[in-house]
Amino acid sequence: MSAPLRDAAAGEPLLVADRISKSFGGVQALADVSFTIRRGEIYGLIGPNGAGKTSLFNVLTGIYAPEAGTFTFDGHALAGLKPNDVAERGIARTFQNIRLFANLSALENVMIGRHVRTRANVFGAIFRNASTRAEERAIETRARELLEYVGMSPQANTLAKHLAYGDQRRLEIARALATDPRLLALDEPAAGMNATETAALKGLLESIRRDGVTILLIEHDMKLVMSVCDRVLVLDYGRKIAEGPATTVQKDEKVIAAYLGGEVTLSLRRR
Amino acid sequence: MRSYFELRRHPGLEWAGLALVAVALIALPWVLADIGTAWVRITNLAILYCFLALGLNIVVGFAGLLDLGYIAFYGVGAYVYALLASPQFGLHLPFWVILPLGAGLACIFGVLLGAPTLKLRGDYLAIVTLGFGEIIRIFLNNLSSPFNLTNGPQGITLIDPFRIDGFSFATTQRVLGQTLSSPIKYYYFLLAVLLVVIVINLRLQNSRIGRAWEAIREDEIAARAMGINTRNMKLLAYAMGASFGGVAGGMFSAMQGFISPESFVLVESIMVLSMVVLGGMGNVFGVVVGALLLSYVPEVLRYTVGPVQQAVLGRTLIDPEVFRMLLFGLALVLMMLFRPAGILPSALRKRELQARTRE
Repeated sequence: MSAPLRDAAAGEPLLVADRISKSFGGVQALADVSFTIRRGEIYGLIGPNGAGKTSLFNVLTGIYAPEAGTFTFDGHALAGLKPNDVAERGIARTFQNIRLFANLSALENVMIGRHVRTRANVFGAIFRNASTRAEERAIETRARELLEYVGMSPQANTLAKHLAYGDQRRLEIARALATDPRLLALDEPAAGMNATETAALKGLLESIRRDGVTILLIEHDMKLVMSVCDRVLVLDYGRKIAEGPATTVQKDEKVIAAYLGGEVTLSLRRR
Repeated sequence: MRSYFELRRHPGLEWAGLALVAVALIALPWVLADIGTAWVRITNLAILYCFLALGLNIVVGFAGLLDLGYIAFYGVGAYVYALLASPQFGLHLPFWVILPLGAGLACIFGVLLGAPTLKLRGDYLAIVTLGFGEIIRIFLNNLSSPFNLTNGPQGITLIDPFRIDGFSFATTQRVLGQTLSSPIKYYYFLLAVLLVVIVINLRLQNSRIGRAWEAIREDEIAARAMGINTRNMKLLAYAMGASFGGVAGGMFSAMQGFISPESFVLVESIMVLSMVVLGGMGNVFGVVVGALLLSYVPEVLRYTVGPVQQAVLGRTLIDPEVFRMLLFGLALVLMMLFRPAGILPSALRKRELQARTRE
């Protein structure tokens, strides 16, 4: 991995979201959501189903345009950028419903992730000059390193669709890391994982952070969120209802209400 | 691909095989010429179809964009050659100037026609490209007035053959006691270009660009999220495919000496697409096999269906042309049933189709 980011920049804002709004028809998916992600932290994004978490991801990564509000990434506005431009700026993502290149091998999937950081054009591809050959070797070496990093070296030649569910999730992370992101946005990486896999994922997230990549994490596995995230943002019906360190947010009444359905459920719980 | 890598473990065997193929390809026109010069011409046309099928394979096989108007680029290349090397405008530029020009113009047309279709997929893309293909043909058909550019439906005649200094591809010469006829000269030229085209295809497929196309075909949204500029990559696929078509068109003009819009009709597009599909989308060698099969089999039938019926029945019951289409349809149906991924499926396509049947 790249050199650890343990410099003066750690703790500075990396991504600033300012009053982001987005609606689909009559449904307000996101309403005035503002937050700041600092360099080097693992920032959790939680909320009940339909709270707008994935919509926020899609707006952030350029799949949807926000109706109002701006994202500032590393000091530059992301307004109007296409998904590929966003990736180029250094935001990589995974998908809630895994979107690997199913009929390609694990290695090829990660190699495609290197596309945005490599340069070979048609002429290079046709004439295979020395620099293109060197670049191809570098792409493959890097892809193998990343597979090793997420613990998938033995499956390098397995087709993505033949991988176990947990492995597919890890492969998506490796593919995203191949784009050399500064912010890694993970959409429910632990979904469908068993306890052992989740524990391994936690280790992986921590080492990614240690290696200098900031992480934005959507996750339903509260144990994971609470143990790995530095700060957490809670969305409900497209609105920010709480933000702060995991331990604080956990005790926030609005959060408990959103998750457990308000006082009635709470009273049931007390019994 | 796997069989190829197995071969690689025995380099001696590989080289012996290649040498054998090379000798066979060099000897082929002389053997065919003994049967009849027509067969050499048919072989040359078959190689032209290989160019077309390989070009279309970039668009359809690699990038997964269904293009039903591909023959238009063949037409553009053919007309560029015809206009710059015929009495139409009194221009007689050498072929090595015109072929790159034709490729370039076809390439531009590929981008122009590709640009409006970037957001379309599947059926919609097919319909729009089909329309574009027809637009070009109709233009060629009607650009005879007010300014006579293409000579309309009459087409352009007396197109120059390839010529290098005094060496003309159109005449028959005696070389080393052998008759070197015009089709045989073209054959060697076409064969050389075919090798180049195949190498370009293989290298494109196995490159950063080829992987980006694969990614787009597999999942466009994921491809974009990985930083692939899908717009540019799709346009590149159209441009590359079209330029192959343009080169093929120029050669077609020179070989035939006459072209008219009738050579660039929709059926031709469908034919080339069938070659790609029959051979195996995405597999370069499969596509070549598909193109050769669909070029040769109809010709063989043309020469056999009539005489066989005469001999057996004493009269021609079914017109060879009708029989040809009948068999062609049957072959496609059988193929879809028994080899849905083509004769030599690309490893990739094969996996996709197996998955689909398993689901």
